[in-house]
Amino acid sequence: MASAILEVRDLRKSFGALAATDGVSFELREGETHAIIGPNGAGKTTLISQLAGNLRPDSGHIRFAGEDVTHLSAPARAHKGFARSFQITSIYRDFTALDNVALAVQAHAGHSFRFWKPAREERSLREPARAMLEEVGLGARADVLAANLAHGEQRQLEVAMALATRPRLLLLDEPVAGMGLEESQRMVQFLRNLKGKRSIILVEHDMDAVFTLADRVSVLVYGRIIASGSPQEMRASPEVRRAYLGEEA
Amino acid sequence: MRARTLILGVCVLLLLLVPLLATWIGQTYYIDLVRRVMIFAIAAVSLNLILGYGGLVSFGHAAYLGVGGYSVGILAFYGIHNGWLQWGVAILASALVALAIGAISVRTRGIYFIMITLAFTQMLYYLGISVEEYGGDDGMRLKVKSQFSGLVDLADPVTFYYVVLVLLLSCMYFVHRLVGSRFGMVLRAAKSNEARSRAIGFSPYPYHLAAFVIAGAMCGLAGALLANHTAYIAPAFMDWTRSGEIMFMVILGGMATTPGPALGAFALLVVEDLLAGWTQHWQVILGPLLVLCVLFFKRGLAGLLPGSKDG
Repeated sequence: MASAILEVRDLRKSFGALAATDGVSFELREGETHAIIGPNGAGKTTLISQLAGNLRPDSGHIRFAGEDVTHLSAPARAHKGFARSFQITSIYRDFTALDNVALAVQAHAGHSFRFWKPAREERSLREPARAMLEEVGLGARADVLAANLAHGEQRQLEVAMALATRPRLLLLDEPVAGMGLEESQRMVQFLRNLKGKRSIILVEHDMDAVFTLADRVSVLVYGRIIASGSPQEMRASPEVRRAYLGEEA
Repeated sequence: MRARTLILGVCVLLLLLVPLLATWIGQTYYIDLVRRVMIFAIAAVSLNLILGYGGLVSFGHAAYLGVGGYSVGILAFYGIHNGWLQWGVAILASALVALAIGAISVRTRGIYFIMITLAFTQMLYYLGISVEEYGGDDGMRLKVKSQFSGLVDLADPVTFYYVVLVLLLSCMYFVHRLVGSRFGMVLRAAKSNEARSRAIGFSPYPYHLAAFVIAGAMCGLAGALLANHTAYIAPAFMDWTRSGEIMFMVILGGMATTPGPALGAFALLVVEDLLAGWTQHWQVILGPLLVLCVLFFKRGLAGLLPGSKDG
């Protein structure tokens, strides 16, 4: 069995009296896709923000590849191999699709205190970026302003940016949110190709996506993981059905 | 793109011809006016780097005009007239002041950044007023212009004019290269979406600080030029309304464009000059005019140029 790449121990985060993350512990094995599901307000995004380093937990530990990263900033974690997509698409809207991905490549190509050479003419940035766009199916849209891409394409672009950093851990916050059926199927298909190659934490509402992609599913309710297991177990668990799936049926 | 290059080329040509034309029509005053405008254009170009491309709304940029100006003035006061040294000190001192101010202010955003940069500049302004030795409130005269070992003579208005023109074009080209480099991409990306930048691994702070220092140094050079231009240095260089004017040039001309700040400086100062020659209540006219410009040319004057998409 592969070792744990991510280890979360007793993570807690409160906003005033609200315990948004209330003692969450879990492990993610190398190459595994771990889905976190739960009703609205369960604290899924709060959890992912703490994993990514955008929010400081009140207590608890996050270990990545054996190293305590609890107090590292988001950029520092990105350099350790974290990459995330946001629930609300977060891209550089006033740059082209290619620029967006090239920036992600640049972020991991040493420091950027280079003041003279035009970055848009650097093949070491543009070529990997172009290849990544091809991979997510946006090759033909490379020179389109990101703001002018369709919603689904913007989500794809965000994933391309995350992958361009060659992450060891992908944190995906509702990657198919707001997508049409076809778009969402294409995205799920794409993420499926990553399975086993990347370690992924997937927060998702779309149950089809979750059951297609996840190796393991944890159910988060009011900041606590109330159940965790294989997709089949989760689907069968009465506790889970009552807390979550029941509402959907 | 070609039409745009043509228009900008004509602008540069006109600037080159100003001394000739002015002498020809016997109005050498215009050499003085345009030189002053170009000095402010350098200040605006430097502010555009952090305001336009970096999204850092510095409301204290005039501080570096003051630091640059006083560097020249104080050295001259002690009998040091070597221009290389004076301007070198002006640039270096401005960079250091920008480093100190930036180290604190760049950590903040939005309204806090505006207030902190303003506060620091006000501190320098009152420092200028309080130091009696260098003229206090009245400032001090610069009796001898910066000397460049006979290479150029700034006492000759036309020579000085071309020195300023070359420096302005150099600064514009420098900023143009800078914003297209890796460094510039980080700066612009952070303005576009800071959360995304942090998520892919950019810490904006060192880049913002470096840009802040470069902008300060460049504006310090403008300060050294301004001291030579007006032949006196006063705390008024650092007045907060001055900071506002420079900011206005950038916004009026077009933020995050190469020609924008220079266009803004020309539009603001030339119109100001024309109106002031016409009526002493010129501000009553200038104010609404500027409001209309901002309302109707959202992307600034540079946005009116053909092919202005990528500045």
